[in-house]
Amino acid sequence: MTPIVPKEEQKMKVSELVEKAGLVVFAGETAVANEVTGGYVSDLLSDVMANAREGDIWITLQSHMNTIAVASLKDLAAVLLVNGIVPSAEVIARANDEGIVVLGTGEAAFSITGKIYPLI
Amino acid sequence: MKQFKADLHIHTTLSPCGSLDMSPKNIIAAALKAGLDMIAITDHNSTKQVQVIKELGQSKGIEVIGGAEINSSEEVHCLTLFETGEVLQEFQEYLDRHLVPVKNDPAYFGYQVVVNANDEIIEEEDRLLISTLDVGVVEIEQAVHKMGGLFIPAHIDRPFNGIISQLGFVPYELKADAYGLTRHADLVKWQNDKRVPENAVFLRNSDAHRPRAIGRAFSIFEMNDATFSEMRKTLIGENGRKIILPG
Repeated sequence: MTPIVPKEEQKMKVSELVEKAGLVVFAGETAVANEVTGGYVSDLLSDVMANAREGDIWITLQSHMNTIAVASLKDLAAVLLVNGIVPSAEVIARANDEGIVVLGTGEAAFSITGKIYPLI
Repeated sequence: MKQFKADLHIHTTLSPCGSLDMSPKNIIAAALKAGLDMIAITDHNSTKQVQVIKELGQSKGIEVIGGAEINSSEEVHCLTLFETGEVLQEFQEYLDRHLVPVKNDPAYFGYQVVVNANDEIIEEEDRLLISTLDVGVVEIEQAVHKMGGLFIPAHIDRPFNGIISQLGFVPYELKADAYGLTRHADLVKWQNDKRVPENAVFLRNSDAHRPRAIGRAFSIFEMNDATFSEMRKTLIGENGRKIILPG
């Protein structure tokens, strides 16, 4: 019989996703214990403001300063920048100030989303 | 002071999405028909069609401002306007340095041609002009202001390629001279929208891609003369100059 795992233990942390999907941490190390409860893929910040949910990992190529503000506003678990995009020093500093985890991958949004989806 | 009717967002034959009817002669004729006193020529990421239209406008009594509609790395469209041909050339060099190279496929995107005053094609642009620049919107704004130009995020009420759709709200560090609205936008709603800085100045422009759209949206500048320097003063409300938007 399969043991019933208490719900508490099934929760996926940002740090576990980083390890399992081979992601880079650019900023917000202090918040990598954030729980990831879902995901959202979009490059339109207005769309993310309207439709992302608290606890989502946001997969995007927009590395603008406003990305950090939107992630903070929506209480997202982390921002994952795709296609090898490296955020500017200003964006990293702002993310660190606001405790926003900013991750990176060399993969495109489609393939990294496919990897992360079954993990959450 | 007098009132001048201005449409500061017009494409030409050079924009891939611009109709081949958007020749200098047709643009000036349509602007006269629409009763415009000032127009701005703003092709995607290029200024190369400005000069001939400016000269034609001068002979027909229409003030033509030169510029471009830039596409930033975040895919935000913004109008950039410049006073002189020299600065416009300097900005063209900036565009040449920063345009992400993609070859145009005229069958798919449309032709990108520079034409002379007789509507004859004198150059075809090979690089896809609706591609993005490799620099962000704030960096471009700073470069434009350093050259003495004006920087105006375009059609901010659109669900795509506007600063609000792309970036959620106007970045705090951006210093825009005005914000562009389409003819459908509710001005009062935008004046009270928290995503735009307080006391923002708004303009309505047509974003015309074909002659009959020229002047469909416009702004009225109440100022002394139809010139770039008067326009700049009006944008900051100097000495009672003001902008009146229809609707």
